[in-house]
Order: sequence, then C-alpha cells, then structure tokens
Amino acid sequence: MHGISPQQFAGSVASFLWPYYLALAAMNGIFAYYLWQKSENRPFFSLPTPGFAFRFTPALLWTIVAIVYVFLASLAIGAHLESMPQVPQGFRDFVNASSKATIYSLGTTAVLVVLYLFRSWFVRPMVAWSIWNLMLLFLGLSMPDPNFFSIVAKPDNVPIVALVFLLAFFTWLAAYRAVENDRRMDEGLPPVEKLDDEKVLVWPDLVYTEMICMIALSAVLIFWAIWLQAPLEEPASSVKTPNPSKAPWYFLGLQEMLVYYDPWMAGVVLPSLIIVGLMAIPYIDFNKQGNGYYTIRERRFAYITFQLGFLELWVTLIVLGTLLRGPNWNFFGPYEYWDAHKVEALTNVNMSEYFWQYWLHRSLPTAPPNSTWSTQLGYILLREAPGIILVLGYFIMLPPLMAVTVLRRYYQRMGFIRYMVLANLLLFMAALPIKMVLRWTINLKYLIAIPEYFLNF
Amino acid sequence: MARLGEIIYESQIWKSIFRHPMPVDRRNRIVVMLTNFFLHLHPVSIKKQGIALSYTWCMGGVTFFLFLVETVTGVLLMFYYRPTLEWAYNDILALRDIYSLGIMREIHRWGAHAMVITVWLHMYRVFLTGSYKPPREFNWVIGVILLLLTLLLSFTGYLLPWDQLAVWAITVGSNMARATPILGHEGPGHQFLTLGYPMITSGTDARFALLGARNVGEETLNRFYILHCIAIPLAVSLLLAIHFWRVRKDGGISGPL
Repeated sequence: MHGISPQQFAGSVASFLWPYYLALAAMNGIFAYYLWQKSENRPFFSLPTPGFAFRFTPALLWTIVAIVYVFLASLAIGAHLESMPQVPQGFRDFVNASSKATIYSLGTTAVLVVLYLFRSWFVRPMVAWSIWNLMLLFLGLSMPDPNFFSIVAKPDNVPIVALVFLLAFFTWLAAYRAVENDRRMDEGLPPVEKLDDEKVLVWPDLVYTEMICMIALSAVLIFWAIWLQAPLEEPASSVKTPNPSKAPWYFLGLQEMLVYYDPWMAGVVLPSLIIVGLMAIPYIDFNKQGNGYYTIRERRFAYITFQLGFLELWVTLIVLGTLLRGPNWNFFGPYEYWDAHKVEALTNVNMSEYFWQYWLHRSLPTAPPNSTWSTQLGYILLREAPGIILVLGYFIMLPPLMAVTVLRRYYQRMGFIRYMVLANLLLFMAALPIKMVLRWTINLKYLIAIPEYFLNF
Repeated sequence: MARLGEIIYESQIWKSIFRHPMPVDRRNRIVVMLTNFFLHLHPVSIKKQGIALSYTWCMGGVTFFLFLVETVTGVLLMFYYRPTLEWAYNDILALRDIYSLGIMREIHRWGAHAMVITVWLHMYRVFLTGSYKPPREFNWVIGVILLLLTLLLSFTGYLLPWDQLAVWAITVGSNMARATPILGHEGPGHQFLTLGYPMITSGTDARFALLGARNVGEETLNRFYILHCIAIPLAVSLLLAIHFWRVRKDGGISGPL
C-alpha cells in the first residue's frame, strides 16, 4: 500500500475482484448446466415435499455456488474494504504466525503425499471441482489483504499464480486419466487411449483445432496485455540495491537453494545436473510399459521421482522464493508485511565445529603459522575429515549398497553404468532435502567447509 | 459474388499459389497437406485419440505459437529499441507512453512468461504419458535443450528494459557464474589454473564471459541483446525444425503401442 490511499487500494482490489467472481460464477454455472445435461446428475438426497419431489442434485449445488459468487461480486464492486468478503483477521494472524520455511516445505510435501495416496478419491470430478473452487475462493478472499495483494498482484508474479492453478488442473487431468487406465488394466481392459484406433484426416480435424487454439491464445494474450501493464521500475542504478534482489521467477527455485548450498552448487552444479538428469531420463528408464498413455501404477517409481523433483523441489521452491521470501531473503507469511528490519536470529554451525568443538571439546585443527602450502592443506583435510568422510560415504558407499538392497532389481536390469548414473542423480536430488532437514534440525551450515578454496558443501 | 469467386479461383495467379481446388472433399484434403509448405509438417492422417485435447493438452503447439508471437512482436520492438545505456530505458518509456505499438511490449513480455509455463506443461505431459520412451528418446533430449534455450531467451530478454528490476535480476542471476568450479574466480579449484600468475580472475572468468565486463554494464546489454535477438533464436529455430521433423520420423504423435 505504498504511495496509494486506502481508497485507491480498494479500487484496484475491486477492479480485479468483481470480474474475477463473475468469471467464477460463470464457470460454475457452465459446469452445473453440463451436469444437468448429462444423465449422471444423480441427486445427493431427495425431500418428499408435497406437490413435487425436491431433489438436491449436483447441478443444483453448483448453481447455488454460482449464485454465491455473483453475490460476492456484488459485494466487491462497491470498492469498500469493510464490506468486501475476506478471510478473517484471526485466520490471517494464525497463518502468519505459523508459517515458516519448515512448515511450508513439510506441509506441501505432506499434501502431495496425501494427494498421491488417496488419488482415486481426489480425482473424482465432484471432489476435484470442490477443491478447485476452494483454491480460487481462497485467492479471492485473500486479495483485500494489502500485503497479500501487493505480492500476488505484482505484474511479474501473476505468471506464478497462473502456473499454480494450471499445474493443479493438469495434474488432476493426468491423474484422473491415469486412475481410470489403472482401473481398466486391473480388469484386463486396454487403456482408454487404445480404444479408439480410428484415423482421421489432419485437415480438418487437427488443423482446425490448432487454429482455434491460436485464436483463443491470441485473445488471452491481448486481454492480458491490455489489463496488466508490463512492469517498468526506475532506471538502473548500480548504487541502489533493491532489497530483496530477486532473479526472474523461473530461477527462484535455484535462488532459494542458495539458503542451503553455496553458489557453486546451487547456481552451477545442481542446475547442470538437472539438465543432464532430464536428458538422461529416457536412457535410464528401462520400463517398457506406460508408453503413450496415462498410468501411475505401471511406472510408479518414475512417476514419484519426477513429481518429487518437479512439483516439490522445483515448483514449490519457486513459489516459496517468489511469494514468501522478502527483504534479506527472510521468510514472510502470505499476509505479512515485508519489514526490512525483521531479524531472524540464526547461528549455523559447520560439521567440523560440531565434531571438534562440541563432541571432542578441542579447538579446530589449525596449521602452525608460516607452514608450507601442503601442511596447510593437510590440516584443512584433517579439520574437515568428518564431513569429507560423510559426503564421500554418501556418494561412494550408497550406490553399491542400494544396488544390493532397495534398488537390486534396477541394478540387475540396468547394468553397471546406467545404474550408477541413476543412483548418483537420485543421490544429488536427495541431497537438497537432506541438507534442508539438517539445517532445520541441527542448524548445520556446511558438511565440508573449506573457505580457503571456496569449497563449501 | 459467386462469379467473382470463380474468377479468382480460376485465375492464373491463384492457381499458381494453390495448385489444387479447395480442401472440401477427401482427395483435396489429402492433397492440401502434401502441397502446402506450412501444412506439410503434419501427416495426412492421424490417430484420433492422439490429437484429443485431454491427451495432448496442445501445449507443444501452444509453445510454438508463442514462439512465433515472440518473434513477430520482438521484430516490431526492435524497430523502436536501441540497446545502449543512453537509450535503452528511454526507448522503453517511449514504448509505454508514446508509441501506439507500445502494447507489443506487453504482449511480448506476457507471451514470454506464458512460453516458459507452456514449455513446462508440454514436458510434464510428455513425461506423464511416457512419450519419451523408445523410439522417442532423442527427441526428448532435444526438447530438454529447447527448454534450456527458452529459459535463456527469457533471461537475456529480462535485462533489455534496463530498469532496476532488470539489472538486479540479471546481477543476482549471473552472480552464480562467479562460483563456477575451476572457471569462476570465486569457485572451488580456480587456484589450480595458474601460469605463475592466476589465470582465473574477475576479468577472465565465466561470469566475465557471460557479461562481457566485471559488472552488468553496457557490454552486457549489447551481449544479451545479440543473444536474445539473434543467437538464441537461430539455435531455437534449428532445434525446433529437428524437433518437429523427428516427431514424424520417430513414429508420429505418441499413443499406446
């Protein structure tokens, strides 16, 4: 709310909210009409009213929801913050007070696990549609909060909000089809994609689809461009550093990793490994099933690994880095004011300090003054020996260990080289959550800290 | 009116461009796919389920369309924009406030954001349907390179407005290159590259190669401008052609075997 009056703020919120709620009303109205047209509009319950049978059907439910949205739109259009529907202050305070990087990361992980385990319930259209509505309603009810609005409605952050909703939709769509295919294959039937082997001519079937997509997308882009001006801040100045300084949003997952890893890992090694790992996928996935149709059960390992990497380690870190990281890269709740003076007292401790000082009650091994280069290196290696042993053990001992235990079947099917590539990629991927947990639990800064050679891990 | 249409369709000019009648019957619908340059990337006929929107999400096509939008709006923007410290910011201001084609900048910027998202969604779909599996392994690899180039296109374009947002985002983003192992002057192992004097300094390291200077400055603006407008688009165009060509050669649009 910097530099604008409360009236102006209410005006800009209202100008977003009332078309937004009307669009949601239209969306639910169309859905209700679609259900009404379909014969599967079975009532939840019927009331024996005199004269006619009152049947409470899904179509009726979503019509009522649509009417509620129209009502919300009418409340928002007045541009009075007091009368605007919004989440209660108590809830906002609770969310702000309880949101931390730990809660956020563990919470999103837990949500994904629950969604995965109970996917056959969550993909049911009624359930999914309810969640979809609740997500959209949550966004609408949060908008009148000035702190929430200033982050979410920042022009360059709009794509991320769109990304979250698009991913929710497409993840549902894919899971819905996968659950359906898995059920069919249980019954010995082929996947849905195999049912229709009919061939059609590209003109008109595909060419027209493409043209309609192009027209629709052009319309979306033009409306977006008219509605939202591209950001342009003050002219560049090398002396005025903005706080926080953020990379473009698609790199904020990497910037968030800087909290846990040094730039050479977070900015160079891990991104390179992401690219290499993505390229390696077709060559390390030896599973011949699930080619050309949606399925989860036939390729559970690939599915879980990819979703963990993409939804959890990539997308939720981007959302965290973009929407919840404020000045000094401190964590801020979604309704919290970005206070540049917020202090987070945090002392992080290196593995070597844990080992030598806390456990052995000795000082860190230090080379005597004026010693030679090689003596200094020897002392550094001695000092960091515990961390070096741990890290080397992790990367050298674990692959063969996994080959004879949990990944035994994979090792036998893949052969040595392909297995080692898979195992090392998995270990590098797991290194991020492991480092996060170590930071949260024991305030571990670096496993290996050799600032003399810029090598911190 | 019908007479006018007949004159046009029977004229030598029309027939020299479109060498067959309108695609209203089966024969000409096949012929149009084979004789039209813009359509010949497609096959003539295709599996019905393979083009179902709930299967493909149309995200690859949408991404390509966005690339075309970015090319057209980008060329128009180049007419108005000069990549120098003196003019860059002022030209963007003028695009915002004066030129009637200024809306091109909005379309270009939102289209770029949208393209990053649609590339991810396309990749997501290809993964979830297992469409990278043999025989399409290498096309997936090309796709990953295209993903990287899309991000680099967006990243290099981010600098061009030369405002606080742009310069500091690129500064933060490129600071990481300082820490490149061996090749960055704050990266592990750079001390070992030495010829009696240190080879890797802030004036010779990976970040310097990226920025053309020790800090984000006019050299960087020029370098990113060339990368954004010429170098990366050329690479993307080539890889796109291979990507599309291989979709056909690797068995067409994916589906159950």
